[in-house]
Amino acid sequence: MTTPLLAVEDLSFRFRGHDQDVVQNLSFALGRNETLCIVGESGCGKSVTALALMGLLPSDAVRFGGGRVTFDGDSYGIEDAGRIASMRGDRMAMIFQEPMTSLNPAFRIGDQIAEAVERHRRCGTEAARARALEMLRRVGIPAPEQRLDEYPHQLSGGMRQRVMIAMALANDPEVLIADEPTTALDVTVQAQILDLIAELQTETGMGTIMITHDLGVVAEIATNVAVMYAGQVVEYGSVQAIFDDPQHPYTIGLMSSVPSLTGPHRRLSTVPGTVPSIGQMPPGCRFSSRCPFAAPICAERPPLAPIGGADHQVACHFAPLETMQERRA
Amino acid sequence: MLSFLLRRIVIAIPTVILISIFVFGLQKLLPGDPILAMAGEERDPEVIEFLREKYRLNDPIPVQYLNWIKGVLTGDLGISLRTNQPVTELIGEKLPVTIQLAVMALIFALVIGIPAGILSAVKKGTVTDYIANVVALSGLSIPNFWLGIMLILLVAVKWRLLPASGYVPLSEDFSRSITTMIMPAFVLGTALAATLMRHTRSAMLGVLKSDYVRTARAKGLAERRVILKHAFRNALTPIVTLTALLFGELVAGAVLTEQIFTIPGFGKLVVDAVFNRDYAVVQGIVLVTAVGFIVMNILADAAYFVLNPRLRKQ
Repeated sequence: MTTPLLAVEDLSFRFRGHDQDVVQNLSFALGRNETLCIVGESGCGKSVTALALMGLLPSDAVRFGGGRVTFDGDSYGIEDAGRIASMRGDRMAMIFQEPMTSLNPAFRIGDQIAEAVERHRRCGTEAARARALEMLRRVGIPAPEQRLDEYPHQLSGGMRQRVMIAMALANDPEVLIADEPTTALDVTVQAQILDLIAELQTETGMGTIMITHDLGVVAEIATNVAVMYAGQVVEYGSVQAIFDDPQHPYTIGLMSSVPSLTGPHRRLSTVPGTVPSIGQMPPGCRFSSRCPFAAPICAERPPLAPIGGADHQVACHFAPLETMQERRA
Repeated sequence: MLSFLLRRIVIAIPTVILISIFVFGLQKLLPGDPILAMAGEERDPEVIEFLREKYRLNDPIPVQYLNWIKGVLTGDLGISLRTNQPVTELIGEKLPVTIQLAVMALIFALVIGIPAGILSAVKKGTVTDYIANVVALSGLSIPNFWLGIMLILLVAVKWRLLPASGYVPLSEDFSRSITTMIMPAFVLGTALAATLMRHTRSAMLGVLKSDYVRTARAKGLAERRVILKHAFRNALTPIVTLTALLFGELVAGAVLTEQIFTIPGFGKLVVDAVFNRDYAVVQGIVLVTAVGFIVMNILADAAYFVLNPRLRKQ
């Protein structure tokens, strides 16, 4: 594998006042033109991971236990706020889940885009405005000249998400982090937004980290997938590997909870139980309390965490699955 | 925006009429008779009758009201029963004094209260926040009269930095006018500054958690710009509302402050008029204050238009 654009190694952090990590030993690698999907249920640490990479977690609320980031050959610690701030909005950009509330209601959208351009390109107001117009056109907003002077409340949710994308991509970032960008949108608009991101990715060659809990989205756009559970990556691999040959009991549970159009009609299966809250994590494997295959060792010793970049890895004492089934039989 | 403001002004008219009826009616219900006070010790029935006729107090109350309101519409608020001066003249004399005091107090409150509120919201949970809150709480709980007297003792009597009392019109000597008014404005403004600080703080805390502030940070903007532009702009609406509402409090507070610093303003006029049952003056003052209050609120509504694009025409 070529050197990745962005590699994260052993990212761990916890919130002040808690004695367990919200994200533990997380590693992944992202190449140019690739899309890494981080999947998992609500509260598994997907969004906070993204915010940590962007340096957007409040510094007084979080304590980093470790984490090295290599961005285009430069290596820095995750706690290096100054370094991250210098790249934020420029080389690394982010779009959010809630387009309705993510734009400032008090300012014109053109100004909000131009502001990002002015900040990083140190260009004049005119040039920044021209760039904002160009971006609005690129993200497919009709009548962009007029839209430039409109306020967020005059746009629909899908249009606002397009504006957010225009703003994020205005400085040609190398990495785009999209935190559930389509969750709040209508299904038809969802597809448009995903297509738009894919299209812009092909144009610019940026690497995309897509956070989602929608496996349909993952199947469509991912190059690699990291499955997260309770702050840990439990399975990591190429999209084919994850979908064709899921190995971790949690991944398997996730896959079988998605309805199928072609298969026989059956009751959808669920993963029983709920994610243990921070502070109540079992000392061993964090999934052990809900795992149908759990053995005594699972509650005692954590399995090895997957390392980013490798083809297919699983954090389970009994992976691959065949071992488990043999054990059961 | 113009049509909206016009609508607000039209709505304000019945409000003013209602206030005028209320004020006029309340006066008539109050115990005490100004004529008896004017007639002196002897209370000669003929004199009393003459005075009642002169001030048209024998007319039915609705007629008296109509007579008064007719005058008001032509800019005549009647004649003071006490000094025989036209009320308009009395108010015209005293109003600028109180306006100067109120405006200086308001400026002081805004200049202190808003930055302190922003600072304590941004530094939430730190020593700065703690100190700002303690100071604000003191500002709210220290009574005006005590603070005023202490300031006079320290600043004026002991250190001889500022004059202890009195009033110099702005037109006469600008800098002396301002310096004499500094202490009263400070005293009157403290409670207001504290209230503004607390509200700015809570408005900012709410806004700082919002998604668009996170977006502004994600753009890589400097923290200063995120706070002062993206957050503060959206926190301004409740601050503007509060400032308009507090204007009433400012006028009420001015009564006491003017007494402490012996400023010949509105406050003294009100107190004297009430004690002397000088109906015409009390009515005039209440009416002028009410209109001032309504004007402040219409101005606040106008400010919302500037602040909140959602209110503007789609």
